[in-house]
Amino acid sequence: MNQAGAPVRRPLLFAMHNQQLIPDLYRKEYSKMVAVLCSRFGLGFMETAEDIVGDTFLSAAETWGQKGLPAQPVAWLYTVAKNKALNDLKHRQLFNTRIKGDLIHAGAQSMETDIDLSPQNITDSQLQMIFAVCHPSIPPEGQVCLALRILCGFSVDEIARALLTTRGNINKRLFRAKERYRSGNVTIRFPDEADLASRLDTVLVTLYLLFNEGYYSAGSDEILRKDLCLEAMRLVYMLTEHGPTSLPRVYALLALMCFQASRFEARVGPGGDLVLYENQDSSLWDRELINRGNGFFVRASAAGDRSRYHLEAAIAWWHTQQGDTLEKWENILRLYNQLLVIEYSPMAALNRAYAYARVYGNEKAIAEAEGLQLSGNLFYHSLLGELYTGIDGGAAIRHLEKALTLAGAPPERCVLTAKLAALKQSSGQ
Amino acid sequence: MKEFVLIFRTENNPDFKPTPAQMQDMMTSWSNWMGGIAARDRLVSGGSRLGIKESRTVGPDNMVSDGPYTEIKEFINGYIIVRSNTVDEAVEMAKGCPILHGRGKVEVRPVVTADNFE
Repeated sequence: MNQAGAPVRRPLLFAMHNQQLIPDLYRKEYSKMVAVLCSRFGLGFMETAEDIVGDTFLSAAETWGQKGLPAQPVAWLYTVAKNKALNDLKHRQLFNTRIKGDLIHAGAQSMETDIDLSPQNITDSQLQMIFAVCHPSIPPEGQVCLALRILCGFSVDEIARALLTTRGNINKRLFRAKERYRSGNVTIRFPDEADLASRLDTVLVTLYLLFNEGYYSAGSDEILRKDLCLEAMRLVYMLTEHGPTSLPRVYALLALMCFQASRFEARVGPGGDLVLYENQDSSLWDRELINRGNGFFVRASAAGDRSRYHLEAAIAWWHTQQGDTLEKWENILRLYNQLLVIEYSPMAALNRAYAYARVYGNEKAIAEAEGLQLSGNLFYHSLLGELYTGIDGGAAIRHLEKALTLAGAPPERCVLTAKLAALKQSSGQ
Repeated sequence: MKEFVLIFRTENNPDFKPTPAQMQDMMTSWSNWMGGIAARDRLVSGGSRLGIKESRTVGPDNMVSDGPYTEIKEFINGYIIVRSNTVDEAVEMAKGCPILHGRGKVEVRPVVTADNFE
């Protein structure tokens, strides 16, 4: 098409389009491009790969701005990145030969290294990369940062905002995590059948952590947090699409994420304040996500595999049920009992105590909750504040005040302050 | 912390024929009791239930007999392992065991380790 003869409307459309085009492409393609390059040249190549891909996007911004969009922007990006990678390699080889004074030519063939850009290879590379990022030798917080950077294409700034920390901190975590790659301790490949189960567990733990960072990190950028959750879901979905990792527990985790994410809109009030579960407008719950979660949960219930994700998905399913029936809370309590027997966590213990209160009343639940001995935990004190309300106003106020000293995020503080004010008013203080 | 095994001993009671609602209650009590211990991070192992059918006792000279004879005396029907600072704490945990609501007992026994062999 003749650019000069383009209709008048085109530049405007183009400009509107372009505003989100590069960020969208970056988010979607960055991780794939890095994965393909690392899969081809090894994890030691990761930093170079990141530079090359970053460079490619820079070229795109310049070239497309000047000459207009190519017919197939994605294909353009891949071709340019591939050429840059091959060039980089050629320079290195030349450099190596000169330095070493090696006169024997390794042969033209090593120069002709190609990079496979087939959809199959892109998918395979991404899967290998998931396992390389979620590697047991890398500490969990490093895995989460790497996942956000390498698997999801988040910028260091975005990661810092999402995890409520500084750029410097994120860079440090990334650097430390990548040390494992530089030292060659971790290789990029799909795990052997014998290791798959345990390696997959690490992957699922990290992806669940990623999801929870998005779901629970109150106070950080709302859109970014949702992105985090969606990215975690995308990665789990990818695992379900791949034969060896398409296992019931993976479907269970995906179902769990769908059920949780269905309340994303309902959890946040108009002013960015946190809306607790019991006060949520259930018409805001995302029915479509719940339905998709149901579908995944059915697949999770296939024979065999039973995991903590099954129990957590079942708990999350009961939370998608409207209304406050005894049956609902009895089931949630039973499931928390089972979950804790499999694996202790303070959060599960506190949630169990809450469910216990819904079934047996606050008075009995206080003994259960106090037995947890989680003094100093924000949720422990806010739960006890809640349970003591209407039973012992003084104790309720003490616990809520303690919780307030532990709460960092404004939305959490808001909820506590409101409860405290109501309590003090009713007790005439 | 030390580990203690809570051993459930019970007697066979042919007259005990719980209704479905009672069975549901039993299940709930067990679930809450175990969940309560686990929620305090004191559960080491959820243990096992031990069956009666297909049980045998092997004696000296490989004498094999049926049993334990559930008709005659109490028998072990399961166990869990908990973590606690003292035997008294473990006893407190055992006090909530639903087996006590029937005619059962809970035996609390320390796990013998290299540094705890009394």
